[in-house]
Amino acid sequence: MESIDVLMLCPMISYLEQELQRRYNVLKLWTAPEKSQFIKDHSATIRAIVGDGGHGADAEMIEALPRLEILSSNSVGVDKIDLKKCREKGIRVTYTPDVLNDEVADLAIGLILAVLRRLCASDRYVRSGKWKKGDFKLTTKFTGKTVGIIGLGRIGMAIAKRAEAFNCPICYFSRTEKPDTKYKYYPSVLELASNCQILVVACSLTAESRHIVNREVMNALGPKGVLINIGRGPHVDEPELVSALVEGRLGGAGLDVYEHEPEVPEELFSLENVVLLPHVGTATVETRKAMADLVVGNLEAHFSNKPLLTPLV
Amino acid sequence: MAHGIIYNHLDLPQVLVVRPPDSFSLYQSQYSHKFHFLKAWESPVPLDQFLSTNARNVQALLSCGRFPINVDLLRLLPSLRLVVTPSAGLNHIDLSECHSRGVAVANAGSVACCDVADLAVGLFIDVLRKISAADRYVKQGLWASKTSYPPGSKLKGKRIGIVGLGSIGQEVAKRLEAFGCSISYNSRNQKKSFSYPFYSNVVELSANSDALVICCGLSDQTHRLINKEVLLALGKEGVLINVGRGAIIDEKEMVQCLVQGDIGGAGLDVFENEPNVPKELFALDNVVLSPHRAAFTPETLTSMREIAVGNLEAFFSNKPLLSQVIDD
Repeated sequence: MESIDVLMLCPMISYLEQELQRRYNVLKLWTAPEKSQFIKDHSATIRAIVGDGGHGADAEMIEALPRLEILSSNSVGVDKIDLKKCREKGIRVTYTPDVLNDEVADLAIGLILAVLRRLCASDRYVRSGKWKKGDFKLTTKFTGKTVGIIGLGRIGMAIAKRAEAFNCPICYFSRTEKPDTKYKYYPSVLELASNCQILVVACSLTAESRHIVNREVMNALGPKGVLINIGRGPHVDEPELVSALVEGRLGGAGLDVYEHEPEVPEELFSLENVVLLPHVGTATVETRKAMADLVVGNLEAHFSNKPLLTPLV
Repeated sequence: MAHGIIYNHLDLPQVLVVRPPDSFSLYQSQYSHKFHFLKAWESPVPLDQFLSTNARNVQALLSCGRFPINVDLLRLLPSLRLVVTPSAGLNHIDLSECHSRGVAVANAGSVACCDVADLAVGLFIDVLRKISAADRYVKQGLWASKTSYPPGSKLKGKRIGIVGLGSIGQEVAKRLEAFGCSISYNSRNQKKSFSYPFYSNVVELSANSDALVICCGLSDQTHRLINKEVLLALGKEGVLINVGRGAIIDEKEMVQCLVQGDIGGAGLDVFENEPNVPKELFALDNVVLSPHRAAFTPETLTSMREIAVGNLEAFFSNKPLLSQVIDD
């Protein structure tokens, strides 16, 4: 059986690389001195692409690969893939939904607690020896606070379920109201932000949701409000976020994603009401393996003419 | 000419305060029309002298939550009938000595239990998902080197062993269940109203848990309850969370286990000799340290103050106490 050429866009966990290499001829794009030349050189044979949340295929790349049949993304976020182009050309796209809902939701709650209860700041306080000189300040209660969720999809629902265990009233904004939930719906993010104390971004990134959290929304959330972003950096107007936090117009933030990863605005480094994580929403050993298994499983299904496991296109 | 009412403090019930509780100024400003606070710490004379001169008729004492209420103090207070502590913790009070002297004790009841449970859960997520460690990493500018941060461990499916299924332990259980964790517990007595598996032996609980969450009070029975045997049973992947009291854990053993990798990580709000924390822990990324702040939100402090005063008011009007500690 001929070996199938699979283009891998970026380094991934070694488990995934190994599983791909066992089955296919893996072409590692990041090792090429000149990427577009590399793609040209292999354009006659590449039948699949493996990307992730930060690396997808734009129209140019898709056009350069006439034999491309499937793009299997090691992520649930697909904003870096030109889905329209894939549909036009009949290229299948698979992703990794559901296996990471719990992990991302767990991290969202972890960020809320870390910001409100100052876990990171007080850990630093102890490690620096300052506790010997005096008590750390009071922190903010989480139980019972109103949580507003932007995007009540699988991840949003998982966050809501956890927050409910802390007696938090839940409200949300979504493209369409969800008829079978008991949570309060607001028809705009601005209204949502005006009526909650903790605002969580949990929607997918599209043209419509870019900068969905803007200056107005942050002002509405207010000096006692906290923003949690476990979606995508571009959901939030980052320069506005920095000034809102520095000026105290926004009470705090827990961020796992940024507009230009791995760049993080340095003005945020010294703020104890801000917790900064390096895009680790799905970063557990177990989830990474489950995602990798889906990436490989989808490719295997495609190349043996079986139904795809988790198709998006 | 109108003038304000001046309360003659001699008419007000006396409440002895040996050392001031947190925010004592708020007790003063809000309640000095209800009680005459006898402020022992303001006197230049030694405590026993102050008490024999001023406190022979005092029936109620408001504790600061730390100063020991033991036989040495109690024998100087022949008329004492009530000790009120604004804390949930009781380990600073000799309960059996109070009991034998007919002195009732009231604490903060369960007003702090949600905040303490929130902190326990926060510490647990932090340890498993490396939140404080990763925040340090980013704020030191290390992410720019674009190496992927080492992954953590998932919460779903983790077996949680709760030590002490009182009001705090119950709130911890309720929260962690929503993350897909399973709950077992050890407590002085089995709680029939809960279906969680009960282990009468802490070592067995530990051997069957991926994490232990210490939610019990400190007593003679729980002192050094979490010893080397329990820690080794918890194992190399096991996580220890303590929001009870430092002395419930054999701290030296715990530090050694963490340094040697015999347990997987720890989230600690309390220590044996606060504010001193074993410095070996400062080098560990799998440990999250908190300076005894689990109950310290403004809302809970206000509730603690209100319930303390509520207990004093009930006592002085011969009504049942709001949150009497009954030894069960």
